[in-house]
Amino acid sequence: MTADTTSGTAPEPVRFLQVGSLAAGNRLVDLSLRAVQADPDRPSGLTKGHRACRGCGEALAARVVLDAASRASDGRLVTVNATGCLEVFTSPYPESAWKVPWLHSLFGNAPAVASGVAAALHVTGRADVRVLAQGGDGGTLDIGFGTLSGMFERNDDVLYVCYDNQAYMNTGVQRSGATPPAARTATTPVVHGHGGKDMRPAKDAPRIAMAHGIPYVATATVADLHDLEAKVTRAMGLHGARYLHVLVPCPLGWGSASDEAVRLARLATQTGLFPLLEAVDGDVVATTPIRHREPVEAYLRPQRRFAHLFAPERDEQVLAAIQADADRTIARYRLDRDDDAPDDDFDLPDDDLADTGGGLP
Amino acid sequence: MRQQREGSQAVAEAVALCRPDVVSAYPISPQTHIVEHLSRLVLSGSLPGCTYLNVESEFASMSTLIGASATGARSYTATASQGLLFMAEAVFNAAGLGLPMVMTVANRAIGAPINIWNDQGDSMAMRDCGWVQLYAADNQEAVDLHVMAFRLADELELPVMVCMDGFVLTHAFEEVELPTQEQVDAVLPPPPTRPVLDPAAPVTIGAMVGPEAYTEVRYLADRRHRDALRLLPLVAADYARATGRDAAGLVRTYSCEGADTVVVALGSVLGTLSDVVDQRDVGERVGVLGLTCYRPFPADAVRAAVRSARRIVVVERSLALGEDGPVAADVARALAGSGRSVSTVVCGLGGRPVTSAVLHRLLDRVARDDLPQRLFLDLDRDVVDREMQRTAALARRAEEVRS
Repeated sequence: MTADTTSGTAPEPVRFLQVGSLAAGNRLVDLSLRAVQADPDRPSGLTKGHRACRGCGEALAARVVLDAASRASDGRLVTVNATGCLEVFTSPYPESAWKVPWLHSLFGNAPAVASGVAAALHVTGRADVRVLAQGGDGGTLDIGFGTLSGMFERNDDVLYVCYDNQAYMNTGVQRSGATPPAARTATTPVVHGHGGKDMRPAKDAPRIAMAHGIPYVATATVADLHDLEAKVTRAMGLHGARYLHVLVPCPLGWGSASDEAVRLARLATQTGLFPLLEAVDGDVVATTPIRHREPVEAYLRPQRRFAHLFAPERDEQVLAAIQADADRTIARYRLDRDDDAPDDDFDLPDDDLADTGGGLP
Repeated sequence: MRQQREGSQAVAEAVALCRPDVVSAYPISPQTHIVEHLSRLVLSGSLPGCTYLNVESEFASMSTLIGASATGARSYTATASQGLLFMAEAVFNAAGLGLPMVMTVANRAIGAPINIWNDQGDSMAMRDCGWVQLYAADNQEAVDLHVMAFRLADELELPVMVCMDGFVLTHAFEEVELPTQEQVDAVLPPPPTRPVLDPAAPVTIGAMVGPEAYTEVRYLADRRHRDALRLLPLVAADYARATGRDAAGLVRTYSCEGADTVVVALGSVLGTLSDVVDQRDVGERVGVLGLTCYRPFPADAVRAAVRSARRIVVVERSLALGEDGPVAADVARALAGSGRSVSTVVCGLGGRPVTSAVLHRLLDRVARDDLPQRLFLDLDRDVVDREMQRTAALARRAEEVRS
């Protein structure tokens, strides 16, 4: 079934969906510092009027990713989408919010479909057209994990972006392999103040991706759209299999206020629970140090999915375990280092990054 | 030029003549020789402009073809048995999206119990998925059907499955005549333009369709699928013109004219059946009807072929548990109200040879008018009875222990 989208890339007036952050929509930020999303004349690949929930982190991230990828490829971009929220809220026939070529096949096969698209483009002489694949954490890390690994292993010329909201939100907030310890979901319920997901860590997707030795792996959140754009741009400057893991808070599934997605994403990085990093050919080359470190409690408290850790009484044991997990991550990537101190191990300049090659023969 | 070729190799060469852009490969017996030979053809430079993808599962191979076909590439893969079931979700999806591609199914039994040998339970499980299904009677037909399948796929904008009996055909060396590149090009022009992923003309493919339109979308898909019944004979005629060789259309008939009994079958058993019919007493008047096209089901062609027959015997190479065989059910529906008897004969499961002796015994029973509605041909009754007695004894013992 196909449906024509609105034609071309005519400028789309921007409707600002969020205020009060340092990113898109904050009129207080100097014009030169604003994200491209603040430009009312930008060509936007994902148009407004889709059916995402208010305050959806995924919709915000997808718009930024898509536009950054479109710019980086000079509009020569095609996209593949796994089944999930992003697919459902953008494509209720006969409407489509996509102004780019967009293909949805199944829940668990977006990486493989994207491989086929890339192969077809290369073999039919259209290698200048770039391939962006997108999926949620369930589609990427659970049901689509095999095809993701296969795409990585073949080093197919695909940028795969996982929008991680840490559960199956589209089907009503069930546990996924990305659900963090202790989080309440519909299938890890809290009964009489006890429950939530067990204390096994979520799949560490970026490190698994890195273990494939692919040209580029990075993490980002919707709290820093400049950073997200920069990483998409860097990824698009490379060929071969690239993986971007974006934390996208879900007000519905996390039980948080719809104006808190950006703040929670920032707290996830400030607590150390979600490290920001870049890796080239399997090695971490850059991390973002934490400037204002917060205890994990600051991140957990505003989310009803963690409410059972605070009432009727505090679950000190679980809170300490989560804090220990954050501490380990901070130590692993030395996120507590002095921001201004030179860091010889990490932080390759962009020129070096651009030279790292990869790509199909 | 006629040459001695293994069936798989001949099919791989036929596929290569169709100038595929993307071939996706995952190994499973008895299909592996096809993709192995294609990989050699790609590596040796015989297939310039073809990308050969080694993927991590059949689900991925079908998924890569979905992406490739949606981007305008002529796409091919081969599978069998568990592989076909493992890719099932994507098989349905490719048909639903209306994506032209061709897949060979080297027919093999489905486990449990695991069994690598031939029957048609795998492709029969996928019979209603929206793919056109063609069944090859021999390796020459397998070669010819692949060329025709690519043309059908292009014209219908639908995926086409060419089924050939695993081992019996895929691993058999026999004389085949491969068409020349000119002959194939005459039948199979470059793919026609269709909406694909293209930044110059963005389309949304695979949108969510709700209750207000899903029925209509599916109805139209069915209409398009059935159009193969009109198109296949035309393509077969084109192919026959180009190659000077007879090409199968929807069905193949053998001695059906004036036959009292017509035996219906799909695949490699048709050759043996025709031989057996030739060896029978002329007075028995037995004909053979081979279904080359099984989906869409060629009901009109079946009715025409069995016009004179009073009895129809369907030889099933698969078993629909709880309901005999799928082919017999389709044939019976096509002949509903005609007063003809339709018997199901299940045979050749999991690689048990369907020999001429076995078929003679079947036709002996037909001649004696001793054919039940449903027959398991060549079933070892002793084994079955012994197992049933053992089970009953165990149940009795359990009952004694309880009381």
